[in-house]
Amino acid sequence: MQIGLEHYLAVAAVLFTLGIFGIFLNRKNVIVILMSVELMLLAVNINLVAFSTHLGDMTGQVFAMLVLTVAAAEAAIGLAILVVYFRNRGTIAVEDINLMKG
Amino acid sequence: MVGLENWQIATPEMILAAGAMVLLMIGAFRGEKSVDLVAWLSVAVLIGAAVAVIFGTTGTAFAGLFLNTPFTMAMKVLSLLGSALAILMSASFMRREGAWRFEYPVIIVLATLGMMIMLSSADLMTLYVGLEMQSLALYVVAAFQRDNARSTEAGVKYFVLGAVASCMMLYGSSLVYGFAGTTNFAAIAKVFAAGAPPLGAVIGLVFILAGLVFKVSAVPFHMWTPDVYEGAPTPVTALFSVAPKIAALGLLVAIVMGPFRPLMAQSQQILIMVSVASMAWGAFAAIRQENIKRLMAYSSIGNMGYALLGLAAGTEEGIRAVVIYMIIYLAMSVGTFACILSMRRGGVSVERIADLAGLWRNHPRMALALLFFMFSMAGIPPLAGFFGKLNVFLAAINAGLFWASALGVAASVVAAYYYLRIIKVMFLDDPAAPFDAVEAPMGAVMAVMAVFVFPVFLVFQSPFLASAQAAAHAFFVR
Repeated sequence: MQIGLEHYLAVAAVLFTLGIFGIFLNRKNVIVILMSVELMLLAVNINLVAFSTHLGDMTGQVFAMLVLTVAAAEAAIGLAILVVYFRNRGTIAVEDINLMKG
Repeated sequence: MVGLENWQIATPEMILAAGAMVLLMIGAFRGEKSVDLVAWLSVAVLIGAAVAVIFGTTGTAFAGLFLNTPFTMAMKVLSLLGSALAILMSASFMRREGAWRFEYPVIIVLATLGMMIMLSSADLMTLYVGLEMQSLALYVVAAFQRDNARSTEAGVKYFVLGAVASCMMLYGSSLVYGFAGTTNFAAIAKVFAAGAPPLGAVIGLVFILAGLVFKVSAVPFHMWTPDVYEGAPTPVTALFSVAPKIAALGLLVAIVMGPFRPLMAQSQQILIMVSVASMAWGAFAAIRQENIKRLMAYSSIGNMGYALLGLAAGTEEGIRAVVIYMIIYLAMSVGTFACILSMRRGGVSVERIADLAGLWRNHPRMALALLFFMFSMAGIPPLAGFFGKLNVFLAAINAGLFWASALGVAASVVAAYYYLRIIKVMFLDDPAAPFDAVEAPMGAVMAVMAVFVFPVFLVFQSPFLASAQAAAHAFFVR
């Protein structure tokens, strides 16, 4: 079987959906949410690189490098905020993030 | 060098970037005692950048990655003003809460730099980098009161939901890149105009719109707004309600009217739905709020709905109405938050609406200013807010959006209830214990904004209308 563009797009779509479900169905731990966000970003990268080879255009790969860089910064800031939160509350369970409601 | 021609049009961004680095160095070498100096200098940098924007020129630069039009320039000036005012209003609150550190103004300057880059983006990559630069900086300021559980919780919520929104926008960008074959806005517009758009590109457009709608906090992606507004330190809430909102709305306008102009029929349906839902939810959900910061969150959701109605019209008149609405929204929001920041008893901030009881007896000038802002938000003539709504509805009706306009007017009647309730509490209820004396900078901001809302805007409309007209015209030059 020839592996074509649509296969890559399907894998990316599945990964992206898994990421979204990981965020909204997860009731345990905020770290899992960070992992799900990474998963979504990597799905986007698969998309970009697949399109880039398919189109014979380098832009997608440049875009993927930018996404990787920003993802690193995002993970760093997310973990930093989480550390401050943990110091205040002593927990990072998703169901405990409920001081404000409405 | 190739690609560096015309770099001068990015002067304001360079001022901000260089300014932020210098300020960071001053803070790092002089320590915590330099915080006042850094704050004043960052306000100066923001104002300097605003002046540079006003005297800047239009055009594209950096091999088509960066674009300046009268519209982006108008939105940039408003965002810069919003950030500068937010820093000015932060000092006393943050000092009381022990969070007045030199990083704070520097991060706001960097967030503003991100807003400017995303407003000027002419390519999906510039858009993504600018948007993330803004968002990452704002996640940090939301959690800036790091020993406060509510502030850090606001940071966590904002971060998680903001990251999801960025991912959605990015996924849409990747689809648009794949199906249009380019990331450049002008080239995308050309591809879409050439024939029926491929389905993948339309899905990409929906994802991009979803991500941006989150950033302007319109329904159905509004759920972070009340929690983040309530939890974040009040000056940060003041910042959130103006600068990033104006920038994100400007970006949304630029995207819908720029690369996705040929898909206007599709995006118009989405925009009308989002706009009507925001106006309605902003009106109804605010009724039962007791916390004034939460109330302002719903109020800003509703206000974004009105602005989006102007965009949904998709005409020059509609975009002009959006720009005018943003000018007025900036004045009303900043003024209201100056009042909220002045709600202190014995050095402790209070934020319940009931705390405003009898404000008219204890602090007549503050009550009068808040009266102007609330009447203006409710859209009562002859205050500025009325003209903002009037322009939006006129544009929507002229574009044939009758149902959406009718629902908008109905929603604004409902919204008037909770604005008027605040006025009733201030003027008719038995006085509660008086607040601490209003600080001079807050008093000045309140006075200036109140005078702007009425009568300055009423009497001197023409320069604002003319600049809004010029800004809107940028999308209709052919």
